[in-house]
Amino acid sequence: MTHTDTASGRAKMDHGEEFVDILEERRRSYDLGHALRTIKLHPYQGGPRCSTAKLNKAVLDSQYLRYVAEEIATETGSSVVEVREQARRLLEEMSQNLQLSSLRLMSYTITKVAKRLFSSIYVNMEGLSMLQKATQETPVILMPNHKSYLDFLVISYILFTYDIPVPVIASVIRKYLLGLKQQSIGLAEMKMVGEILRRSGAFFIRRAIGSDKLYWAVLSEYVKTIVRTGYAPMKFYVEGLRSRTLKSLTPKLGMMHMVLEPYFKSEVFDITLVPISISYDRVLEESLHAHELLGVPKPKETTTSLLKSTKVLQEDYGAMHVNFGRPISVRQMCEGKINRCQYNLTPRDLPQKPTEEAQACVRWLAHLVVRVQDEGSVISPWSLMACMLLQAPITALTEEGLLWHQLTGKTLWLRKLVLDCGARLNWPAQTPDSDVMSSAVALHRSVVHQKAGRVYLVQEEEPARRHPISPQERMMRTASAVLMLASYRNQSLHVFVRPALVATALHITESTQRDELFAFYCFLQELFSYEFVSIPGELSQDFEEACSLLKKCGAAHISQQEVTPSAGGMETLSFLRALIQPFIDSYQVMLRYLCEEGDQVLTEKQFLPAVRSLATRLILSGELDTYEALSSDTQKNLLLALRRLEAVTKSRASEENEFNVNKAAIRTIGDVLSGKIPPQMLQTTPDARL
Amino acid sequence: MAANGSGGGSDRQRVAQQRLRIIAGHLRRPADEDSAVRAAECKAPQSESDASAEGKTVPRRRQEIMKWNGWGYNDTKFIFNKKGQTEFTGKRYRLSGMILPGLQDWFENTFGASVHHKSPATNILNSSAVQPPNLNEAFVEELKSTGVPFSHDAEDRVFRANGHCLHEIFPLREGKIGRVPDTVVWPNCHNDVVKIVELACKHNVCLIPFGGGTSVSSALECPLEETRSIVSLDTSQMNRILWIDEKNLTAHVEAGIIGQDLERLLNESGYCTGHEPDSMEFSSLGGWVATRASGMKKNVYGNIEDLVVHIKMVTPQGVIEKSCQGPRMSTGPDIHHFILGSEGTLGLVTEVTMKIRPVPAYQKYGSVVFPDFEQGVACLREVARQRCAPASIRLMDNKQFQFGHALKPQGSSMFTSFLDGLKKFYITKFKGFDPNRLCVATLLFEGDREKVLQHEKQVYDIAAKFGGLAAGEDNGQRGYMLTFVIAYLRDLGLDYYVIAESFETSVPWDRVLDVCRNVKARIVRECKERGVQFSPLSTCRVTQTYDAGACVYFYFAFNYRGLSDPIHTFEQVEHAAREEILANGGSLSHHHGGGDRFKIKRLLIKRRRRVGVNDAAVITGCILTSKRWPGHPEPRGEEVILRSPRHVLTASPSRKLMGESSIYQPCTSSANTLPRPYHRSAGPLPYPVFHVPTSICQGKPLRLRTACHRVKLILGLYNVSSVLGPPLGARHCPPTVWLHRAPTSLSLYLHRGHCTQETENMT
Repeated sequence: MTHTDTASGRAKMDHGEEFVDILEERRRSYDLGHALRTIKLHPYQGGPRCSTAKLNKAVLDSQYLRYVAEEIATETGSSVVEVREQARRLLEEMSQNLQLSSLRLMSYTITKVAKRLFSSIYVNMEGLSMLQKATQETPVILMPNHKSYLDFLVISYILFTYDIPVPVIASVIRKYLLGLKQQSIGLAEMKMVGEILRRSGAFFIRRAIGSDKLYWAVLSEYVKTIVRTGYAPMKFYVEGLRSRTLKSLTPKLGMMHMVLEPYFKSEVFDITLVPISISYDRVLEESLHAHELLGVPKPKETTTSLLKSTKVLQEDYGAMHVNFGRPISVRQMCEGKINRCQYNLTPRDLPQKPTEEAQACVRWLAHLVVRVQDEGSVISPWSLMACMLLQAPITALTEEGLLWHQLTGKTLWLRKLVLDCGARLNWPAQTPDSDVMSSAVALHRSVVHQKAGRVYLVQEEEPARRHPISPQERMMRTASAVLMLASYRNQSLHVFVRPALVATALHITESTQRDELFAFYCFLQELFSYEFVSIPGELSQDFEEACSLLKKCGAAHISQQEVTPSAGGMETLSFLRALIQPFIDSYQVMLRYLCEEGDQVLTEKQFLPAVRSLATRLILSGELDTYEALSSDTQKNLLLALRRLEAVTKSRASEENEFNVNKAAIRTIGDVLSGKIPPQMLQTTPDARL
Repeated sequence: MAANGSGGGSDRQRVAQQRLRIIAGHLRRPADEDSAVRAAECKAPQSESDASAEGKTVPRRRQEIMKWNGWGYNDTKFIFNKKGQTEFTGKRYRLSGMILPGLQDWFENTFGASVHHKSPATNILNSSAVQPPNLNEAFVEELKSTGVPFSHDAEDRVFRANGHCLHEIFPLREGKIGRVPDTVVWPNCHNDVVKIVELACKHNVCLIPFGGGTSVSSALECPLEETRSIVSLDTSQMNRILWIDEKNLTAHVEAGIIGQDLERLLNESGYCTGHEPDSMEFSSLGGWVATRASGMKKNVYGNIEDLVVHIKMVTPQGVIEKSCQGPRMSTGPDIHHFILGSEGTLGLVTEVTMKIRPVPAYQKYGSVVFPDFEQGVACLREVARQRCAPASIRLMDNKQFQFGHALKPQGSSMFTSFLDGLKKFYITKFKGFDPNRLCVATLLFEGDREKVLQHEKQVYDIAAKFGGLAAGEDNGQRGYMLTFVIAYLRDLGLDYYVIAESFETSVPWDRVLDVCRNVKARIVRECKERGVQFSPLSTCRVTQTYDAGACVYFYFAFNYRGLSDPIHTFEQVEHAAREEILANGGSLSHHHGGGDRFKIKRLLIKRRRRVGVNDAAVITGCILTSKRWPGHPEPRGEEVILRSPRHVLTASPSRKLMGESSIYQPCTSSANTLPRPYHRSAGPLPYPVFHVPTSICQGKPLRLRTACHRVKLILGLYNVSSVLGPPLGARHCPPTVWLHRAPTSLSLYLHRGHCTQETENMT
């Protein structure tokens, strides 16, 4: 729980960490003065920082790029000079141009905006001071989670405020922002936005690189040079994309490889990874995300749309927590995992495929960072309420309304469970519990509203209704509210997911034998590998941890051989099960579609709308009561998982991302999931495959 | 032992006698051919006279001039006097008798040490603490009859029981004396050594060669588990220059001569060898050969392997040497390359023919200041690329520069200190060098005056391209002085709770900066993790340049107050540092040598307890590789398998065979079918010898004994003039099988230790 001392803007979490509201100070002094103050930076290893031009020159002159350029020249038949010229242009398009003056401008603007949007921005001071120390000793990689556009510059803003070197930011971006593609709006305008971002430290990576060898080479050399020289801390999103569901995504490894390679090749002594967890009370893009998930295309990232979003600026988004995690020493983590001698016998500049050992290590480390991000995120009371709201029948929410005291009672029960599980909960201690919850509901009036002691789901209303809405339309409106709720539930999902999977295993297998439970747990984790990220190779540890958590909450007895539900733990177990149930139901629907209705060969483009319409039908007929089956995220995750399980294979020949569906295998998976056959029937060894 | 001696069957005696005859035959033969030289050799003064009578530095009784638990001469040491200044006592060095005002401050600030916290060494060597000698009576009796002087005196023995590793010196300072040799012998010439080795083989006695006693690879340590009598063979009295050949510019020198004597005596005739390792005051020629030493001026004169023309080595099987002094041969692998770096495991080097050069007409020191270490390394690389390195060029990092600066003697006048201030102002203020980042390269030019000046200009021009500023001769000379007094400085540190050690590596150019940075950082981190209170001194210099890489030398020291077991902590840190070097693509050693306990065993062998590759590693400075050894099961855990010299030695046709077990099929011949002694002077033998070891001697100081197996392998291959039969004291030697095979199918397998089983599996 949080003890807030409003006067000083400090909040203390139960873990004893101190979070400081950085906006508090800004509200009391002049923003301009802050932006223009003298800055004392302590750069990496005390050395002077090289200029952007020098950095770019070092990249272009690198032996590695020479090799690649020559290789490409022989492959394509063009001259080396041409290829190198091409590389120069690519670099120009990519590179950042970090400048103090723009940072000052950025700081000023962000202060203005943030003061309007957020009541406070809490930052943990301990993590920040560890980060400051790390930036002087080793190259630092900042690895925040990515839930909102606002993440983009907020880290730089915080570091700027505390005189810590501001990072360069890897940003995957659409082509028109680079001025490569004509858009409806003026090219110059777009270039200007791009330039501002560049000057704030962003460097741009094309969205689809594919097999463009030269681009990969330029990008990786650019990244590696930044790390090698300790030019500045680097920030990138290990999850790759913004999470539409507020759930952590499976990490992407390409960037991670580039960042870690200088350590593997002993070009730096160590690299420090700093996982950063950003948690929002209320996410700016909440409804936008819900619409996207339902298949309504998202508006383009243009300046005009940015200006139109000023409406958004009028609203209150509560508090934001930025938790700088404990720095991770790559050297320490890789001990015994990487044999650096393997790079001794060939020049390090030669393009080399990463060894299996290196790949495994990078994968493991990336997953670990995501786990640490999860553990570091701060859970809001609202997220707990969302868990509870989603477990109520939909009709109760849309029509008769949920009794307020019922909701609050259950939320308080859940609060205890969350704290037992050791999560960071942001629950103000001084304020009465009921006030905390009503203010949470008030903050999220776009999702629920409270009336006469009952809570209702908000349904989007169109002012001028020309014709009565169809049941389908009504359903879609409910769906968007439900998906928003679901994403807030997801904010705390990571706390429960592993015990919940065990609880589910207990329920479905109806067994208490540890090994049987573990087998099923592995199956679930494998099937939901894109829903709930787990660290490769650590399934059994996770299982053990989950069991001991269940024991700690009093939900189960654990012995050498058995896990037995305890008499008093039924409430906990059924709550946990109900958390996973929507996923199981959605997956069953999709599996059913693939088995029964879908063709042998299908593309993702066909799959998504088809499943959506099946789910709509089922919901309307009352057969299915989770709206999450409508989410394109869930649908894509299933496809990925099935590919991993080799129940679906990508056909090489076609351009269109066609899939071959192995219906028998899918039927087996469905049967295992519903408990008809044991998971051993599946011819996979999940632990090894993860 | 006695039981072994008397219990031998008649069969064995017969064999032994036969061998004796063979050996005798070999020994006679070269003597006949080369009688003039031999005669000269034997004219050498016999046991009674001491070397010092001839103006040689090291007497038989080292205790007369040397410290027993520290570096160097008795009368020379650093002390902090009451005025807060540092003095260097004695009269032997340029620095002797001078006052060093800056050292104490530097010392206290760098280590967080204080002159009030002393950890003084035990002064007196307590003879009663030394264990009584474990004598092999029969050996001693026969030794007496040879007339070679020997001693069982406690002091004599203690003086030969250690090198200068920290873990050897540290207990000595506390008065703790471990296992020491039981006998010290002082052979006076090559023939004496042959006699001693024969006797050692006959009586099953361990021999440990002792030269200058400056080993930093634990090579002199007596293993605790050894139960036999250990004899230390001190070559210090074999210290004559036997002849100088002015037509070919070579000198034939006995291996016990120490560097300063060799250089001084040659100088008298107007020559020099130019081989100047940092330990040259005390280290011996034989030691240089045995450890593949490198001298500071190798750019002009070459390393020891470039300098030697001919080596004579006594092995348990006989004497091995080339039959001529031709500058190069292409008849099989060069036998010198087995002897160089064998660290006494194959035999004992007794005489060496070395290249000599006329003493250079002109010598000039110099120095260059660089804004940072990166620029300095870039400059050295460019110098190496243009192949214009002066006799010596060294780049000290910032910490070492400050260290060197602290050794500056008191300025003789107001004027010099004013000048120093002005220089400092110019560099830091006017040129904008950061005093905490700048670094210094020290230079030494040699040759004709004009050429030196021309050369100097070329080097300074290159330096200027990398931001370097010439910083005067004085700084350069002081830089070299640091390396000669560093060992005395360590003793000073040890007096005040500071322990220190140095180690070195060679590394490709592109990794020089990485190795320097990472190893230094690793030392700092490891010290911190192991509870060292004050941040350690961790500094390096690039000390030699080559076409493809450089040699990097590290110093590392820390204040050990508050640590319960400083030596253990120290060894852990050093081990980590070496691991870091290997991971960064550096070698285990550039010139200190592999040694047994300290490096090879701990870093390489520790990881696998399998094949006798350890010896192989010792011999050839093996390459660490993750590759599986053909015919062996997959390594377990973090085991690392070494690539044995087999890979290096075998010709390609046999490489294919290596994976097959048939190659190891022993021939069923016995000792009776020993090949006749070879007297070939050139070309590989028509029937190379193939040796399959089946049982093996135990323990380390078998050096000479185990050596015989290896030498046998080698002998088959090389161009050697004399080879003896199997060893005399053959009791513990494995039955040997000599195969007659064509060279193409020849494969070598080197073996020792606990691996009998595996070998048998292989065969």
